[in-house]
Formats: sequence, structure tokens, C-alpha cells
Amino acid sequence: MTNCTAGVQLHGPCNPSDLAEQVARRSYGKLVAFLAARTGDVASAEDALSEAFAAALADWPRNGCPQNPEAWLMTVARRKFLDAYRSTQREAASEELEDTAAIPVDGENVEIPDRRLGLMFACAHPAIDAAIRAPLMLQAIMGLDAARIASAFLISPATMSQRLVRAKNKIRQAGIPLAIPERSQIRARLETVLDAIYAAFAEGWIDAAGTDVARRDLAEEAIYLGRVIVELLPNEPEGLGLLALMLHAESRRRARRNAEGDYIPLAQQDSSLWNAGMIAEAELLLHCAGAMNVVGRYQLEAAIQSAHAVRARTGQSDWAAIVQLYDALFAISGSPVAAVNRALAIAELHGAQRALEDLNAIASDPRLAEYQPYWAARAELLARIHARREAHYAYSIAIGLERDPAVRRFLEDRQKMVEE
Amino acid sequence: MQYLLTLYVDEAGFQRMTPEQQKQGMAAYMAYTEALKQAGAYVGSNRLQPVATATTVRSVDGKTQVLDGPYADSKEQLGGYFLIDAPDLDAALSWAARCPGALHGVIEVRPIWKM
Repeated sequence: MTNCTAGVQLHGPCNPSDLAEQVARRSYGKLVAFLAARTGDVASAEDALSEAFAAALADWPRNGCPQNPEAWLMTVARRKFLDAYRSTQREAASEELEDTAAIPVDGENVEIPDRRLGLMFACAHPAIDAAIRAPLMLQAIMGLDAARIASAFLISPATMSQRLVRAKNKIRQAGIPLAIPERSQIRARLETVLDAIYAAFAEGWIDAAGTDVARRDLAEEAIYLGRVIVELLPNEPEGLGLLALMLHAESRRRARRNAEGDYIPLAQQDSSLWNAGMIAEAELLLHCAGAMNVVGRYQLEAAIQSAHAVRARTGQSDWAAIVQLYDALFAISGSPVAAVNRALAIAELHGAQRALEDLNAIASDPRLAEYQPYWAARAELLARIHARREAHYAYSIAIGLERDPAVRRFLEDRQKMVEE
Repeated sequence: MQYLLTLYVDEAGFQRMTPEQQKQGMAAYMAYTEALKQAGAYVGSNRLQPVATATTVRSVDGKTQVLDGPYADSKEQLGGYFLIDAPDLDAALSWAARCPGALHGVIEVRPIWKM
């Protein structure tokens, strides 16, 4: 199993602000999770930690970087956290704080217990509104500020802040445990955690050109969260599947746009631009997950991406495998999205006419009316059989539903081709 | 922590049941109450008289208004509650899931505000 879980390494010594940033990235969630573990007070833990980071930026340039920056930050953050708690007398806190105070972190070689997973399960708890789970995790584990998360999720910063505050209050006041669920429930509960991570990734994925830094970073942050899951729960195949899926998608980032910023669909991408390292890692993860013999949505989606990735080696996607995998995905999810993608794979194997028949069979599903990829797929298949008028109409709907200007331009160009 | 489990059920449903079914329904609540006591989670519980007996009171501009009927008219009515002691929300939710009321109504789980 160790092959599947590469640890995250901190790079060598450097200047204090770089070091603080690296520790922030690597240790933020760990420190928040540790501080909030007993009280459930995520907001106070975050406040204490940000004070500690401010203290570090003042202290380290003067006195040099500490040997163990994480322990240094923990010592300061914990003192601030305890002070704040005692001064507000919020609850009979002493008992709950004993645990926080008990671990000596002044030494150089102290291991701070990693309780990030418990914090993630709290952020994605079924009692937390599903729409705020991904933002909450990005904030509590990754330390992203509300404004950055808000812009990535297309919500006003004030609204996002309010929702995050409300969710943290609920965790504390309703007594949502910052803990790993018991064995019998872990799979079901992990699903919401993975869904939240994937939602963060999908938001980051939308901005393929990478012009929007907040979005591009979001995809990277989501991959980082996926790595944390794989590191801490190496025997959960769906966690491995999700990381494999995200890495496959991310491996194609450079190929998704040309130098002019035009959208390049998967079939036309130059596979030499794909990131071979990420693909190799994804394949290894998927292999490890497969050995555990529990199939799930994320493994199937990753396997589909894997069947596309073989094109880099063989020059051809494995369409037969792709159709089978979409069948399996449809069987467990019942999602019309799987059916739409399956139809596109059928077109490669048996032609556009057969694919359109399949698409017509699901056309009455109301979930497809506003689903852009359905209309784009329909338009493309109609264009291939030269049903120009119908293709033109389907392209119009697809264009109207698309929010990415590059994809809109691509569809407009395709639409013009059926006009001629 | 203490949690209040409030039971919202269609109280007309109980009237429609045969005496035998009513007896079974009561027995299910008795068993549930016993299980809570056995686990040391039970703090208190009560069943309420039908919503037709409800009266609402409020004070407007210093004058007391009394109205016949419940505060909120809905398909399901507040029919009773359990006050329980549970280590965290997960434990409280698993008690709510076992409550017979979850089968024929909705259970709202709220933490008690500690004074």
C-alpha cells in the first residue's frame, strides 16, 4: 500500500515568509484540527492560528527560522486559543481544553497528531448544508479566505462569509463531532467528504485557461485534499479513485486550450501535452483501488479517463471499454450524464446514427433540459449525419447554456459550419 | 450534551388506526423509552394532547392576545418530545433514527442551550 501514498514533503530552509507560507499550506488544517478537536470551535482555532502566523512573520526574520516551525506555531496558537477561551468563559471549558494543553510541543521533534480527517468529516457532515461543505473544507483545512472561495464559487464574499460562519457555529453548537465515524458508517460518510472535494475540484476545473488564479488554485487545493484522504485512509478505494480521477483531468490542463485560448475538445487534444507523471500516478492509484474489489463512482470515472489516456500510447482511446464503464456508471448512479457520455462513445464505435437513437431514448429526462453537454453532444451528432437545421438549433441551446466564453466560441464556430 | 428530539406527526393518522395497531404503536414508544433509559440517555419525554387543544398567547402593545389553535398550522403537528443526553450530534441523530416517530413523521433534533 505504501506505493500508493506518497507523503507531502516540506522543502529545505528558506526565507521566513516563504517558510511561513509553506508551513501554512502543509500544516494549516492539521493545526486547526488539533486546536478545535475537543471544543468543536473551528472559528476560534482559525483566529488563534492566524495570530500565530502574524507572530511568526514578526519573529522569524529577527530571530531566525525555528527548527520545527509547525511546533513553534502550535505553541503560540495554543496559548492564544487558551487565553481567548478563558477570557470569554464561554463554557466550562477546562475539561475540554485539557487534551489540547496536554501535548508538549515545545520540543523540536514533537509530532502533532493529525486530526484533519476528523475535521473533514465534520465539514462534510450530513447535518451541514451540502452547498457549503466544499467551501468549508477549503477554509478549515486549506486556510483559503472567504473572498477567494467566494469568487471561485460565484457568490458574493459577504454571503460566503456569512454561510461559513453559520456552518462553523452549527458544528460547535449542535455538537457535530470532529471525528472519524465508526467503521460501519465510514463508507457512507466518506462519500459526502469525497463529493465536497470533487465539487471544489470541479469549480477549479471550469476555468480551463487558468486565467483566473483563484480557480486554478482550487483544482490544486482539491488534489491536495484528495492526497490527504489517500494518505490517511489508504484502504478506501473510492478515495484513491477520486484522486486518480482528479489527476487524470488535471494532466490535460495544458492541452485544453491552444495558445490563443481557444477551447480544444478531448478528441482533438495533442496528447503529447498531457502530463505523463500525473497520468502514471493516477494509473497506479486506480490499480491499487481495483485490488480492493469494491467498485464505486469515482473509480469508474477514473477508469473512463484512463481509457482515454491510453491514446497517448496507442493513438486511440479504448472506446469499447469506455462504453462498458459508462454502462456500469449508469447502473450505480442512474445519472443521465453517464448516458449522454455513453452515447458519444457509441458514436465512435457504431456511428452517429446509433448514438442519436440512444440519445433520443433519454431525451425526455427533465434533468437534461438545462444540461449543456447534452445539447452539445446532440448538436455534434446531428451535424455528423448532416441534419443541419436540427444541429443548428441544438448548438444554439448549448451556446445559451454555456458560461465559459472559450467553449461558447468553439460552439459558435461549429454552428457556423452547419450553416454553410 | 442534551438534545431535544421533537416529534412532528400527522396526528389524524393515530385516529385512523385500529385499536390493535394503536396498541402496537404505543408499545414501540415504550420500548424506545426503555432503550433510552437502559443506555443512560433518557432525560425526559412527554406526549402532547391533540393540536385541537392548543391555545396561543402573545402580548401586543401591552395587551395579551389569546387565540384558539396552534402557532403553526401544518400537515404534521408537534405531538411530543424526548429530551436526551448524547455525547455528540451523531449519537443524537442515531437515537432520532430509532425513534418510532421517524417512521410516520419527522424528528427535529436541536441541542439545548446551556445556561
